[in-house]
Amino acid sequence: MAEWLDAILVLVILTNLWLLGSSRLRACIQAAALQGILLGLIPLLATWPAITARLAGVAAASIVVKAIVLPAMLRRAAREANVVYEVQPLVGFTTSLLLGIVLWGLATHLAGRLPVAALHVAPLLIPVAIFTILSGFLVIASRNTAVMQVIGYLALENGIYIFGWAFAIEDPLLVELGVLLDVFVAVFVMGIMINRLSREFDTIETDELTSLKE
Amino acid sequence: MLALSGFVQLLLAFALAPLLLSIINRTKAAFAGRHGPPWLLPYQELWKLLHKGAVYSRTATAVFVAGPIVGLAATGLALSFLPVGGCPALVSFPGDFLLVAYLLGLARFLTVAAALDTGSSFEGMGASREVLFSTLAEPALLLSLITLAAASPGASLSAIYAGIDSAVLASGAGPALVLVMAALLIVLLSENARIPIDDPATHLELTMIHEVMVLDHGGPDLALIHYASSLKLWLFGALLVGLALPLRSGFFLLDLLGGIAGLAIVAVIVGLAESVMARLRLARVPQLLVAASVLSVVALVLVMR
Repeated sequence: MAEWLDAILVLVILTNLWLLGSSRLRACIQAAALQGILLGLIPLLATWPAITARLAGVAAASIVVKAIVLPAMLRRAAREANVVYEVQPLVGFTTSLLLGIVLWGLATHLAGRLPVAALHVAPLLIPVAIFTILSGFLVIASRNTAVMQVIGYLALENGIYIFGWAFAIEDPLLVELGVLLDVFVAVFVMGIMINRLSREFDTIETDELTSLKE
Repeated sequence: MLALSGFVQLLLAFALAPLLLSIINRTKAAFAGRHGPPWLLPYQELWKLLHKGAVYSRTATAVFVAGPIVGLAATGLALSFLPVGGCPALVSFPGDFLLVAYLLGLARFLTVAAALDTGSSFEGMGASREVLFSTLAEPALLLSLITLAAASPGASLSAIYAGIDSAVLASGAGPALVLVMAALLIVLLSENARIPIDDPATHLELTMIHEVMVLDHGGPDLALIHYASSLKLWLFGALLVGLALPLRSGFFLLDLLGGIAGLAIVAVIVGLAESVMARLRLARVPQLLVAASVLSVVALVLVMR
């Protein structure tokens, strides 16, 4: 199963690059949803064939939340705020892709220096986790629309989730569930916020939200 | 025996390359519900063009005449380094993939120079686009080849492709090699002026990329250019097939037939892409080519890690 785990992790890398290179919000939300499904598969493949009911339950829960519920909320937020494209990002899409490559190299380098990397069965897990976190940061920092920033936040959390799996399979489940709940609440709150913002200001460009309204 | 196998596959490449164009056209025709052109039409066209005279503009110099000749010679020479179906090529030495990449670069340079030599503004536009896109496709090609060289024990194209068998694909390098395949497919479509990068069937100068550069060539010159471009399709197809279908039986003839069948499959895939996809907007093409480079860098890091 190790090679399937590798394939899944490479697909996670590709979804990150997709997030960095695409200007359509719909495509980015799809990429985030796909990443959610891949993330749900990681614990199952990492422990194959010794899957406990508890593990399967957590995997199913994370797939449902990350690949169905959150993307549906984001889609709704994007529809109600009437945004289709990320129009003028701080960093262009091609540049973001190239920066993504730099981040991928950096992540591999960092993972090679971490003493934990050698401990686990899947050596790709740590670099992919770091890369997902870094590219989430890049999306948050370089995009203007609030929806895109929430997607970046999701990617960031996905990276932390992979990092959690890299350390142990059974133990941090409680922590993972806590993080999952946090993100759920955060996206929920942001969804409402984006909704209100767009109703109030006719835009969700965060750059325009610098001056106070009387 | 080894030299003989390289010689046979080079001859087969020279003889069968135009047939790939037929396969693409027949695939497109089948998709559109038409009967399609005869199988031997590319050969008949070459024959017809070779028997025509050439017209040269008064502004054109020897560069214009040299373009098609050097283009064909360089592409043919590059083919002699290329293993089809895992059989060793006619010539090989460590690092020969760089020579192959730059022989193709030489062919392109002379084509562009010949296009500029005519003094036509349309050809200038085509040359500018061609150079832009091939500049972006070149890192993708080189990085892919370097990734393959890092994944396999060999350092020449023959040794690299002989080293890539199903065992390597199933091992840890598998996902990386799939990424390289995707990158090579994009490079193939771009370098051979195929949809979604360029439309070989268009005849509107403003939207053509590759074809516009050869508008002023006629007769035998045009025949050489068409023939060289089919050889180029064969070359990129073989780079892809050696990776995607690493079936090595050990019998030279069987492997060679497998490689050629793989090339036919590549031609069908190109035809399918041309039937179901639209052309990308010109401004989107660089992004696709950068994505190809990005894929190959990811693969390179995966392999070197």
